[in-house]
Amino acid sequence: MNSEYFQEIGALSMRWVRRLSREKFSMIFTLVQPMLFWLIFFGNLFQRAADVQVMQAPSYISFLTAGVVVMTVLNNGLAGGVDLLFDKENGFLERLMSTPIRRSSVILSRFLFVMTITSLQVLVILGVAAAFGVHPATGWLGIITILLIGMLFGVGLTSISMALAFSVKSHGDFFSMLGFLSLPMIFLSSALVPLEAMPGWMSALAQLNPMTWVINAIRPLLLANWTEAIPRIGMVLLVLAAFDAVCLYGGVRAFRRALG
Amino acid sequence: MMDRIPALEAVHLTKAYDAVRAVDDLSFDVKEGEIFGLLGPNGAGKSTTVKIAITLLCPSAGRAMIFGVDVVEHADRVRQMIGYVPQERAIDRFLTGREHLQLLGALYHLSREEAERRIRELLKLLDLEHKADIPAKNYSGGMKRKLDLACGLIPNPKVLFMDEPTLGLDVQSRLRIWDYVRRLRERGITVVMTTNYLDEADQLCDRLAIIDGGRLKALGSPLELKAGLGGDSISVTVGPPEPSRIEALAEALRAVPVIRSVSPRPDGVDLRVDAPEKAVPAVLETATRLSCRVEFIEYHRPRLDDVFVAYTGHVFRDEFPKSESNE
Ligand SMILES: Nc1ncnc2c1ncn2[C@@H]1O[C@H](COP(=O)(O)OP(=O)(O)OP(=O)(O)O)[C@@H](O)[C@H]1O
Ligand SMILES: [Mg+2]
Repeated sequence: MNSEYFQEIGALSMRWVRRLSREKFSMIFTLVQPMLFWLIFFGNLFQRAADVQVMQAPSYISFLTAGVVVMTVLNNGLAGGVDLLFDKENGFLERLMSTPIRRSSVILSRFLFVMTITSLQVLVILGVAAAFGVHPATGWLGIITILLIGMLFGVGLTSISMALAFSVKSHGDFFSMLGFLSLPMIFLSSALVPLEAMPGWMSALAQLNPMTWVINAIRPLLLANWTEAIPRIGMVLLVLAAFDAVCLYGGVRAFRRALG
Repeated sequence: MMDRIPALEAVHLTKAYDAVRAVDDLSFDVKEGEIFGLLGPNGAGKSTTVKIAITLLCPSAGRAMIFGVDVVEHADRVRQMIGYVPQERAIDRFLTGREHLQLLGALYHLSREEAERRIRELLKLLDLEHKADIPAKNYSGGMKRKLDLACGLIPNPKVLFMDEPTLGLDVQSRLRIWDYVRRLRERGITVVMTTNYLDEADQLCDRLAIIDGGRLKALGSPLELKAGLGGDSISVTVGPPEPSRIEALAEALRAVPVIRSVSPRPDGVDLRVDAPEKAVPAVLETATRLSCRVEFIEYHRPRLDDVFVAYTGHVFRDEFPKSESNE
């Protein structure tokens, strides 16, 4: 029984990998992500404008690294449902659903794929950051922790994306909803600017954004030490447990409604 | 004789959407080993019926069973028995033909060797071997359709559902697919297919359900349905048309045993007959006896078009297979 489950998930994940590898252009862009440009250009551009005192970081680029890591997680997660949207629209999903697979296999394979790709990208970003002199203060264990937090956040985001994919009427709707979600998520978070530097109302809103909590847990892992990081990691685990629960619930409901 | 369990049994099947009843109280049986056709115009409810049978949609009322297994309660067991060829080409443009089949093989839990064996067999059968390893976006429309078919056959299903399998194919490919479907029947596979084409229903299907507006209009083999119309038709034109002569001829023909019905026209009579080889001489002889000059005699067997018109009250617009671009 379980071996069948693995067989399904393996085959479906393989499909996502194959699709990505066939889209050479998009693969290059996925790996050498625009996020990198954020890091390199923004990081260096604002170096002088940014007040290191406010940032509480040795340089703007080191401050920005955590933000870029989490923005990568955000973008990949929110885009995670796109392929399912296309599958729904061209009938491939119906074909998959007419086979005797567990209903969850399709979704799990997607999580698996998105998490793996995201983790690889995060590693690339950390590598580039290292080239600019940003070395993770908490070492390899810190990097693994960063990846795990990223995945936890990614699960919720991918669920949102899948829920959207299963409920929208057209893919125009899907992409405008994504745009609508992702920009405020980025600007109303501590990705680019610390909360202390924001106007009061913005920082209040940013505190409601789970992304802020994720960044605030990752940043000390990169810049400070475990003592500072651990309480924040504890906090983010609570936030993400709630966030993921809500998103998964919504995702599963949308999936059930769309596919019975 | 004991009745075998039907391959598909629909009992008062209904699917209502907000505004429409896509399927409305449909009841029919499909026997094991037959090619069963759902024939109807666009929007008749064919695809909806199929999607309920293959567990993709839940009926709003009534039930459907595959070999006695309810498609809602035991969807999992049903899915093990069926193959599905969707109406829209459900192809992943980035995967090669072989990769499609490997994916589906795994989803049907075939072992690697078993999957490889079937993939080889199907690629050969559908003449796709030479294109098996290029991405499907480079396939022609017909090749995509064949790949669709191959995907539906990977599980070696007991019942294969095909939604408009030859839509948009050229004449040759259609014939080849018909041929192939007949071979599936020889292998004991039950085929349930929908079609928009009268000739396809007529020549390929063992039995048909004609549906329109979600309702069952007629059920039977093409022969039965045609015979049910009341026999072959003969139309006689006499000249010069004189009402009294035509009346007399009609009267005399009503007495001929093989003629079932007679309806006079201004310039002749229309007949429904059981045995044309006896009826035609009788008509000629009667006409001669009454010294009516027969100008013209036309005989035709009822076509499925006639059946369709008779049962649904409107003319079937048989769409000619459109040529299809690749994308
Ligand atoms: N999801 C849906 N929501 C609302 N109405 C629907 C839905 N799906 C189908 N219908 C309606 O149900 C009816 C039957 O549709 P169906 O797809 O079963 O027709 P069909 O016989 O397969 O037609 P075609 O030959 O065009 O494929 C149509 O009137 C269609 O508009
Ligand atoms: Mg249809």
